[in-house]
Amino acid sequence: MKKFINQVDQVLVESLSGFANAHHDLVTLHVDPTYLTRREKAVNKVAIVSGGGSGHEPLHAGYIGYGMLDAACPGQVFTSPTPDQILEAAEAVHTDQGVLFIVKNYAGDVMNFEMAAEMLPFQHATVLTSDDCAVVNSTYTTGRRGVAGTVIVEKCVGSLAETGADLAACKALGDKVNQQTSSIGVALTSCTVPAAGRATFDIADIELEMGVGIHGEPGRRREQMREADAIVHDCIQAILADFATKGLTHRQDVLLLINGFGATPLMELYLLYHSAAKLLAAHGVRIERSLVGNYTTALDMAGASITVCLLDDEIKQHWDSPVHTAALRWGR
Amino acid sequence: MNTAFILNACLHIHAAIVAHEADIESLDRAIGDGDHYINMKRGSEVAAGMYNTLLPLPADEALNKIGMKLLSTIGGASGPLFASFFMSMAKTAQQNGANTPLKIAAAFAAGVQAIMQRGKASVGEKTMLDVLVPVSTTFTTLAAQGKSSQEIATALKQTADIGLESTRNLIATKGRAAGLGERAIGHLDAGAKSCQVMIHAVCDLMLKEADA
Repeated sequence: MKKFINQVDQVLVESLSGFANAHHDLVTLHVDPTYLTRREKAVNKVAIVSGGGSGHEPLHAGYIGYGMLDAACPGQVFTSPTPDQILEAAEAVHTDQGVLFIVKNYAGDVMNFEMAAEMLPFQHATVLTSDDCAVVNSTYTTGRRGVAGTVIVEKCVGSLAETGADLAACKALGDKVNQQTSSIGVALTSCTVPAAGRATFDIADIELEMGVGIHGEPGRRREQMREADAIVHDCIQAILADFATKGLTHRQDVLLLINGFGATPLMELYLLYHSAAKLLAAHGVRIERSLVGNYTTALDMAGASITVCLLDDEIKQHWDSPVHTAALRWGR
Repeated sequence: MNTAFILNACLHIHAAIVAHEADIESLDRAIGDGDHYINMKRGSEVAAGMYNTLLPLPADEALNKIGMKLLSTIGGASGPLFASFFMSMAKTAQQNGANTPLKIAAAFAAGVQAIMQRGKASVGEKTMLDVLVPVSTTFTTLAAQGKSSQEIATALKQTADIGLESTRNLIATKGRAAGLGERAIGHLDAGAKSCQVMIHAVCDLMLKEADA
């Protein structure tokens, strides 16, 4: 393992302190238990709270600020936060409109948020994100994972919450965006969890992992490495098949997100965008919005995910609206 | 079951988890996401570290405090599951007492039931429950038959081994390997492995105390 580390057990603490200092105009870091909030507490709106294991930066703390999250709870690396963190974060940002949790559909995240929600003395709701089409819902699985599409859900719901919409409306939009979003990831190398000190999985130079999760957990299958267009072709096929299964048409306006997992250069991410755009156009898909970069990472894994979100006027409006966070900023 | 036994069991569990780092980690690397050992180590370490603080307390209070501490320390899926186990065990011990093997078995069964409810899982889904449920059933059966603690401990170790081995050919429908479908076949579940390790640690302590 070759990483910028002082002491392994201080990696998270030092990284969070650095983040909070670098973005002191936007966020405040709270410790014991650990959570981050907007520097200025928002009032008269539904409080949007997310969280999850660390190692996916800028998810979620990088999306705290106007137009997105009110608070985020970072867990240990790849490990969901604990109920006390979630509870205190919710209490800190809650005004009187209730709290909406945005939770990626992983067993640990679901259970910890559930236990926190059970202890919460005020109105709350949860949007579970499950955009990963690599994991097919069947009798074999507990359900699809929430991956990079979570960023789109957080952006749109955050925007709606700023308008003063109520808890039910915020949840409904979050569920809709999630339903209309499909993602699939490909890993070229493993990631290394600092506390583990070695690669999470072994993968040969000539192999790729199709359908990998954002922790390096295995996906659909191990395949031979091949040219980018061929890989993207399979990803797009999986996404379009997913929309078809849901009864949704892809012949419409979409948002295309090419997300890096941490160790793939932007140059390659734009190459993937080029490839995906060509293929989508051939399928009658109109790319109206796009985002390319490292938005939901898996530490130092090389690889990327492709996310397509089917746009309607409401989603478009909330995607375009002003946002001011550490990782996404436009319109103000 | 007194407080000293519970706390000694925590020390033994911590030592056993650390001793089995390589086994647990390699299973989680094969079909999981690589954080299970780190979480088990963090949890068992904090429970073992509560020895002096909890020693003066009654058994049920000690169990409850361990559960609450695990809840705020582990995170992931293991945190809520093991926390629910200890907190439910505490509640049953508090209501019914834990001074006979049958009552201890009842408290253990309540803890396992809490894991099933929180995880919405049952036997046969390639999780820790494939070890814990048969262990709980055997425990209750043998305790009801009035077996000695040596007989119970020996049988529970075997039951845990069989339960662990049963996960090898299962497709995972819950837990860390649930996305893998048939790719999980042939691998033991890491959560079942760490539970087998812990059951062995506690049973070995029972055998040692019975010898003394």
